[in-house]
This record gives sequence, C-alpha cells and structure tokens, in this order.
Amino acid sequence: MLDKTIIGILISAIAFVTVYAITPSLIKVLTKRNMVVKDYNKEVATMVARPGGPSILAGILASELTLYAFFSSTGILAIIITTSLAFLVGFADDRKVLGGWFKPLALAASALPIILLGVYSPHLAFPLFGSVKIPELYLGLIVIIIPVMGNTVNSIDVLNGVASGFMTIASFALTVCLVIVHHYDTALASLPLGFVSLAFYKYHKIPSKIFPGDSGALTLGAMYGALSIIGHVEIVAAIALLPAVINSFLFLSSVKRIVEHRQIKVSPVVHTEDFKLMASTDKSAPVTLVRLILANGPLTEKQVGFVIFRLALFSAALAIITSFMMEIRL
Amino acid sequence: MKGTSIFFYIFVMWLLIIAGGALVVLIISHISIQGFGNLSGVIDSVVKAGIALTLVALWILIMSKVKNWIFHQQIRH
Repeated sequence: MLDKTIIGILISAIAFVTVYAITPSLIKVLTKRNMVVKDYNKEVATMVARPGGPSILAGILASELTLYAFFSSTGILAIIITTSLAFLVGFADDRKVLGGWFKPLALAASALPIILLGVYSPHLAFPLFGSVKIPELYLGLIVIIIPVMGNTVNSIDVLNGVASGFMTIASFALTVCLVIVHHYDTALASLPLGFVSLAFYKYHKIPSKIFPGDSGALTLGAMYGALSIIGHVEIVAAIALLPAVINSFLFLSSVKRIVEHRQIKVSPVVHTEDFKLMASTDKSAPVTLVRLILANGPLTEKQVGFVIFRLALFSAALAIITSFMMEIRL
Repeated sequence: MKGTSIFFYIFVMWLLIIAGGALVVLIISHISIQGFGNLSGVIDSVVKAGIALTLVALWILIMSKVKNWIFHQQIRH
C-alpha cells in the first residue's frame, strides 16, 4: 500500500508538472502559428491560443507510461490507447471541422482497445440493488460511453476555465469513488486526470491564455470514460458529470438533433452593455445550462463559472454518496 | 443561491438514476431466455437491450417533463 501511495504521488507530480511546464511553450507556438481564436466574452477583442490538447495528452502519457512501467497492466495500456485515439479525433476536429456524426463514430472506434484488450467486466453495477450481467449489451455500452463522455465534457467547454475546472472536480471525485469501491489500481490510474486538469486550469481560468479545444476536451472525457469502464463505476462516473449531462440534455432536447454548438445560429447567451452575460430572449435559441443559470439575471463570466463549479461539487458529493451505496445491498 | 432550481434538477436526476438502477436489476437480472438453441443468448440480449432502451427512453421522457416543470418560468423568460 505504501508503494502505491508513493507511486501515486510520483505520477500525480509528473502529470501536474508536465502540463504546467509545457503549456506556456504550447501557447507561444500556437500564437506564433496564428492558431488562435476570438474570445467572444471579452469586451476588448482578445485572441486566445487553441488547442491545448497536446499539453493535456503529454501530461497523461508521461504519468500513465510511468505507472505502466511500475505495473504492466493492460488496463493502463487500454486507458493510454483510448485516450490517445480520442485526442487524435479531437485534434483532427480542431484542424478541420468534422461532420456532426463523424466525431461520435470515430470516438466510438477509439473505445475498441478496451474491448480488444478485455479490460472490462460485463456487469453493470447499481447502488443498493447489486449488478446485472449483460455480456453482449455491455459491448455496445462501451462504444457508447466513450463518445458520450467525450462529447459531454466538450459541451461544458463554454466559458473560460469551466471545462478544466469542472473536470478537476469530477476527476478527483471519481478517484475518491474508486477508492470507496476498493478499485485501488484504477484509482491510482485516475489520479493523473485530476492533476492534468488542475494544471491546465492554471492557464485556462479567466482570463484564458489557452483553450483546450476539441482535442483537450475529448481527451479528458475519453480518459474519464475509460476509467469508469475499467473501474466498474459507470453509474457513479455519470453522476459526477450530471451538470454537463444536463447541459447536453437541454441542448439536444431544444434543438432536437445531433449538431455542433458552432452550427447554432442563435446564441443562447447575449451581452449586456457592461458586458455581463445575459440569457437570450430569442425563443429559437437553444436551452443550455448557462442560459438557465442566467435566467435570474445577468452575471459576469466568472460568476457563471463559479455556479457551474458549485453544481460540479454537488454532483461530486452525490457520486461519492452513491459509491458508498454501492457497498450496501438491500 | 444562483441556480437553485438546477441543484434540485440534479437531485431529481440522481433519484431517477437510483430508481432506474433498481428497475434494471429487478427486471433484467431475472430474465433468462432458454430453448432456442444457439440463438438463446442472442434473443436474451436483444430482449434485455429492448427493456434497457425502453427504460432509458422513459427516463429521458420523465427528465424532460421534470425540466419543463422546474424551469417553466425560466424557459418562458
């Protein structure tokens, strides 16, 4: 146990320091190559480097490969390959906008290493009532979980620092849940996700110096999904992501089709004269989490971000309660 | 507190996940289709998948109704 604690500290440090050290150089390179996008929520025209996915992946690979050197586990290998494939899908989307359906399908394909390496258990565990064995059905669930989690995290990347801050909270909650259900090896492998998110938040928080882009968000989401499958905590992991799930659910139920946010013509959020965020009064604008938060009145971008973080903390608490309930059988 | 109704919505979602889990375990885990030879496993999975998808559709429908009920004022705004 002490060995695992020391290795946990080591890989956490590697994950954090790698992203913390690489990201400033990445910002310089991206800015030099004019790979910048406008931050629409700033009063003064501001261009921000994008994507930050490469530094996020570097942190994950450096830490997970170190972990793999200590424990040659196929689970860690599956996490590395699935996360890397999701990064490639996201990076391709960052460079050239992919079609609405291509991305989910490509992300579904990135889940194949989990199946091919056989690092899953075909039991879906539920709190209080036990688990259900669904061998064939579970294979379908695996190829759904990765694109859903990837796109869910991507959908919450709406304001400065939100995606990375949200993932920091959700990832550490997932680690705690994995410890509670005694999946210590997967808990160890999940530590880098939280620390990578935390280090990236340093540069992503308001005012952002870099955006994660699809490559960053999908990398974080796919790794989160892979950890939930390998650690047999799919339901608990989904609960920790509930604010992002709500965002996707509200968006899809209002636009009624699979569509990229960038394809929406009417913005759900507009700006006041003092450049606060305000919910759009246009009935054709999609309903989103941010629009609902702003329903009671305009807020600054920072205030909206903190409301989302409070929602993330609430969901994290529910996820932790649920993982305790996993240990109880009625 | 800002977004209080969203906290409530998350809580309702959580309760529905717990209740949905109970239904899945109580219904699906007791299904075992036999007597179709090699096809038994496939038919078993298809039936379980059908029930699971129906429960998911029901969950989405309930969440949609709850959303409209909780956020009625905000959406109208």
